[in-house]
Amino acid sequence: MASIFDMRLQDVHNKLRSKELSVAELVDAAYERIGGTESQVKAFITLAEDAARTEAARLDGQIAEGGELGLLFGLPAGIKDNIVTEGLRTTCASQFLDNFNPIYDATVTKKLKQAQSVTIGKLNMDEFAMGGSNENSSYHATRNPWNTERVPGGSSGGSAASVAAGQVYFSLGSDTGGSIRQPASYCGVVGLKPTYGLVSRFGLVAFASSLDQIGPITKNVEDAAYVLQAIAGYDPMDSTSADVSIPDYVSALSGDVKGLRIGVPKEYLGAGIDSGVKEAVLAALKVYEDLGATWEEISLPHTEYAVATYYLLASSEASSNLARFDGVRYGVRADNPDNLIDLYRKSRSQGFGPEVKRRIMLGTYALSSGYYDAYYLKAQQVRTLIKRDFDQAFERFDLIMGPTAPTTAFRIGEQVGDPLTMYLNDICTIPVSLAGVPAISVPCGLSDGLPVGLQIIGRAFDEATVLRAAHAYEQHTGHHALRPQL
Amino acid sequence: MSETSKYETVVGLEVHVELHTKSKIFCGCSTSFGAPPNSHTCPICLGHPGVLPVLNRQAVEYAMKAAMALNCEIASESKFDRKNYFYPDSPKAYQISQYDKPIGERGWIDIEVNGETKRIGITRLHLEEDAGKLTHVDGGYASLVDLNRVGTPLVEIVSEPDIRTPEEAKAYLEKLKAIMLYCDVSDVKMEEGSLRCDANISLRPYGQEKFGTRAELKNMNSFRGVQRGLEYEQWRQAEVLDSGGEVVQETRRWDEAQGKTLSMRGKEEAHDYRYFPDPDLVLMRIDEDWKARVRASIPELPDARKARYQADYGLSSYDADVITASKKLADFFEESLQYTKDAKSVANWIMGDLLGYLNTNNLDLADVKITGQGLGEMIGLMEKGTISGKIAKTVFKSMLESGKLPQQIVEEQGLVQISDEGAIMAIVDEVIAANPQSVEDYKAGKEKAIGFLVGQVMKASRGKANPGLANKLLVERLNG
Repeated sequence: MASIFDMRLQDVHNKLRSKELSVAELVDAAYERIGGTESQVKAFITLAEDAARTEAARLDGQIAEGGELGLLFGLPAGIKDNIVTEGLRTTCASQFLDNFNPIYDATVTKKLKQAQSVTIGKLNMDEFAMGGSNENSSYHATRNPWNTERVPGGSSGGSAASVAAGQVYFSLGSDTGGSIRQPASYCGVVGLKPTYGLVSRFGLVAFASSLDQIGPITKNVEDAAYVLQAIAGYDPMDSTSADVSIPDYVSALSGDVKGLRIGVPKEYLGAGIDSGVKEAVLAALKVYEDLGATWEEISLPHTEYAVATYYLLASSEASSNLARFDGVRYGVRADNPDNLIDLYRKSRSQGFGPEVKRRIMLGTYALSSGYYDAYYLKAQQVRTLIKRDFDQAFERFDLIMGPTAPTTAFRIGEQVGDPLTMYLNDICTIPVSLAGVPAISVPCGLSDGLPVGLQIIGRAFDEATVLRAAHAYEQHTGHHALRPQL
Repeated sequence: MSETSKYETVVGLEVHVELHTKSKIFCGCSTSFGAPPNSHTCPICLGHPGVLPVLNRQAVEYAMKAAMALNCEIASESKFDRKNYFYPDSPKAYQISQYDKPIGERGWIDIEVNGETKRIGITRLHLEEDAGKLTHVDGGYASLVDLNRVGTPLVEIVSEPDIRTPEEAKAYLEKLKAIMLYCDVSDVKMEEGSLRCDANISLRPYGQEKFGTRAELKNMNSFRGVQRGLEYEQWRQAEVLDSGGEVVQETRRWDEAQGKTLSMRGKEEAHDYRYFPDPDLVLMRIDEDWKARVRASIPELPDARKARYQADYGLSSYDADVITASKKLADFFEESLQYTKDAKSVANWIMGDLLGYLNTNNLDLADVKITGQGLGEMIGLMEKGTISGKIAKTVFKSMLESGKLPQQIVEEQGLVQISDEGAIMAIVDEVIAANPQSVEDYKAGKEKAIGFLVGQVMKASRGKANPGLANKLLVERLNG
């Protein structure tokens, strides 16, 4: 079924200007589609229907008065539920924050308001962004629109599934070790993790501060460029935000990849990579050859240490970041504590789910006196080596490519009892996060009826080249236009 | 009390000083003292989900200034770390502090105790955020949390274990306070909590190199309290050792009312703070230009001033010490010297009448209206003979209260000294006529009687007669 959301952004804006279409109709379409599909997909935690319709009316009024339209004017958007929205419940998919209404807006929330998109609701995720399947949500497991027996990936599973299901025009996710790219891959949509520091983290509920990045999940690369344009840029409220000039990402989409040099790490196509995935990726590389780019196999030798490094560093930071959740000032407080320490213990025991507890304990242990050097410090050193792998590769290559995930979407429940296998789903995305460089996942066909994602990795702050290469591929293949049947 | 002299006391102090920046260290909230509870807060200092810290540059410069004034080496690269602990005074459940790359290291200050100068090493000075304030009410039933103070910038100054007596500890704190005031980085008011002090104290037999087991003392709310707490602890540990026991490594609380220290928690209950670099803040680079700019903003410090006062004005070590202990007082001293050259006299007035008045009435220099110009001009009037020393006392008192200049006070109150011989001679004659017994005593050789008669002349003139002239005229008349 062709969706109103399949229209290109400029076409939408032209129709809005010519009054062939209204923002109210766009918002109606979103809620109508949600009404028709949400019982199968379960992408949302909280819908903001009243506020969205009010905003739609306001924006339609603005068109009537004439004047400039914001970059994302009128587009129905979903926001991952770990990005704070003033007055709109933000749970991080945790029952601990079931009652939490933020008193301020994240910088990206403000930027979306400036760009005049319309927030449809808050999207499901793994609790506190910890997980790769959305099964760790306190609320419900989101399902993959391509096969509702399958996971949508995670942690931004709601963000990817809602775009794939045509419930919203675009969504925001967050990526710490692959949480935008892997669900985008599983759901057959485009997911961009920007360079660390390109998009402000202010108002993103922190999981692992040195890795977290907010990015767009969209149906195609052009939309990703528009959304990135709207949310990127230096933020004085975020000390880790980079003071770099932001290019025009949309105009960078020239379709030309001639002469681009592509490195393909053998570690990303080795053991554990599903053959269907490998085939799709090799076919994609053939397309690049046909378009005038060259590729060769390279090695990122420290890849095998990336997952262990990541789980030490991310969990260490998480153990500290999540310490503020104690039920005292916000969130759900346990009843009948014996004393202060008991209040902390009961609230946190009842509030956090098992995966979050597992990582808090892992991180607490890694930072403990006597273990710090062997775990946290060693992991920092390995992170430097992993980053160096990328630096060296980018001396010879413009881009690095490989699969986004080793497999397509797995069955719900299949890996729940096996966290280590679950952690290995991120083997191709984690090294990129540790290096802090940008990467996009674009659909590169189906394997047994399920989407496969091609991961395109670029130099730090060179999102323009990443988007250009992704866009050229997309235009010559059309995999992105495939839609699941719901 | 047991014999303590066979043990040498070893003390190291950890002092927290609040920096008086206008806004907090990681957000824009005000740091002013005494606002209604939780009114100076925002999502950032409340630690709401998603917030991030942004470092206040002024706080860094104040910390650099303080570290430089304490003769520390200033780091070229410094960073912030998280100190993790659960307590309601810390809404993020961690304090942003500095672990292994403090702003300043390896400094020292000189203190003077019993006329001897001693150098105390400063291990480090680091910058961190303050915690909130808890008030326990209803007999422990509830605690009230005020987060206004959360995020106020603090420097923690850790001394080497170079302090050997409670008196030295007090002298160290006084010097530290003076230096902070000179640098103008803090109000350093212990009663408002802008200076707080914890002490590590241990005993060892004289001659032993290895330190004894230490106790950490907390909750001392004045310099005097620090001294008393250490005195008590010195005695307590000596008692333990004398009775063949071992000092337990623990944290003890000074109870001012009971006059003793009480155990708070043992070593096994010590926190593991799990320090790690705060990933929300970036490495801080302090280049030589920046250091030079901050260094240039440090005024002459108390030791240098003291030396100058002794050399240039011939002040005693004690007087110079007292006057330079407070920058305001030393500035007052120097202002006076713009109006008179008699530095000794200025010092005497400050040490005697001024400090006497302030101490008696428990006031600060800022609480009285007298100016350095007033004191200097008053001394000038004495030199010219316009007023007598006795009248000067009246003028001085008047200046304390009104802040008026001495010339105006003298004119308004008609206090000009009578130096007219004829006018004084008339009073002399009256006094001689009224005191025949004293006149007879004087003539019989009791020279002392002249003092009484001069006093009578002064009294009759309501203090305005020039006492030298009165004396001279009396002697002339009586011998004549």
